[in-house]
Amino acid sequence: MISRRKLIAGIPAAGAVLLTACKDALPPTYGSLFDASNTLTFASHRLLLRNQPLVREFARDRITKNFPAINETNPKSDRYQNLLAGGFAEWRLPIAGLVSQPTELSLATLKSFPSRTQVTQHNCEQGWSAIAEWTGVPLGYLLQEVGMLPQARYVVFHTVDGWWDSLDMFDALHPQTLIAYGMNGGELPVAHGAPVRLRVERQLGYKSLKFLSRIDVTDRLDDVEDGRGAVGAAYGYSWYAGI
Amino acid sequence: MRHALLIRITHWINFLSFLALAVSGVAILIAHPRFYWGETGYFDTTAAFELPLRVNLDQTGWGRDLHFLAAWITVLNGLIYVAWGLLSRHFRFAEYNSLQRLAYVSVIFGLLPVTMLTGLTLSPAVTAAYPMLFAMFGGRQSARTIHFLAADLLVLFLVVHVTMTIRAGIVTSMMGMPVRQR
Repeated sequence: MISRRKLIAGIPAAGAVLLTACKDALPPTYGSLFDASNTLTFASHRLLLRNQPLVREFARDRITKNFPAINETNPKSDRYQNLLAGGFAEWRLPIAGLVSQPTELSLATLKSFPSRTQVTQHNCEQGWSAIAEWTGVPLGYLLQEVGMLPQARYVVFHTVDGWWDSLDMFDALHPQTLIAYGMNGGELPVAHGAPVRLRVERQLGYKSLKFLSRIDVTDRLDDVEDGRGAVGAAYGYSWYAGI
Repeated sequence: MRHALLIRITHWINFLSFLALAVSGVAILIAHPRFYWGETGYFDTTAAFELPLRVNLDQTGWGRDLHFLAAWITVLNGLIYVAWGLLSRHFRFAEYNSLQRLAYVSVIFGLLPVTMLTGLTLSPAVTAAYPMLFAMFGGRQSARTIHFLAADLLVLFLVVHVTMTIRAGIVTSMMGMPVRQR
């Protein structure tokens, strides 16, 4: 129940969020009427999530059998197939951009970092949903390890199949945002993005990119690729998918 | 006798935004026209029911965008309507017969809040802040199913409402939209 006092206290907070949104935290979704409403959704969600709550986590017995594998399920490129044949021993994840120590992480190094395991529900934009357990390194930890610079505002992800997307720091630093290498207690299967995929639990499934190949930290998105923050934007998928 | 201008404007905006919600709702729905009960539901799960629609995965982008734009307009417009209606004592249910009253009350206090709350339950961000929404509707997929069924009843209400209005001949002109005579 929201008391009047809480409501009144919330007004400056709402104003701060909206002002910030207007000033320099605008997501790369503006310019059309649709984008105006997505920005309104984005700003309202930031207000609702200002204390960074976690999404629900389930007991392991709730894990879905045959979790759907959609979109790319086995990239055909020679480079990927060679890495796969070698058990991803030669695979590296470069983290570069606005960091003091640009790094290329091997899978073994990634697995040596403190990990988080969470059983969460994947919410596909199509309407289906399924529960899986994910194990990986919180992205916030990795960003700290590579010395993210103070001016950093976005994290851009690229995949081996040419997909790309981005998060702002609010979601990138959330404890459940993982660079995941494990699923349901085993290695991340190829169909689900081996060796490493992203998990962004407070947005629709399409933000959780599979087959990560590179991470860039940046202060702006307008000079990245087509400047729209995500490859999906060109297909009408909004950058912010908290819906 | 026509309703006040503000009531007519908000009612027409509501009509258009509701149509946009219905059309965009179908665009989203045809990506996965299967409905489930409980928390999860996907291709291998037994569906509670399935609609005989051809699956089309390419309409959800604009579908979602239009759905949320129209949802915002519906909510903001609705707030203006309710605020004005209360201030000006527009809501005089005594003038309607009991069947009309039952219909209006169940739409305003039943279907509309249920549709809004089940819609919000589909948001992974909103439910991170308010996980009690899942308990309220028995899981994410139940909420999606209830959202669909309640929206169907709203469409049914709209059809009856418009039909009766036209048959009663009380639309002085379509753009006049005052649905009542003295």
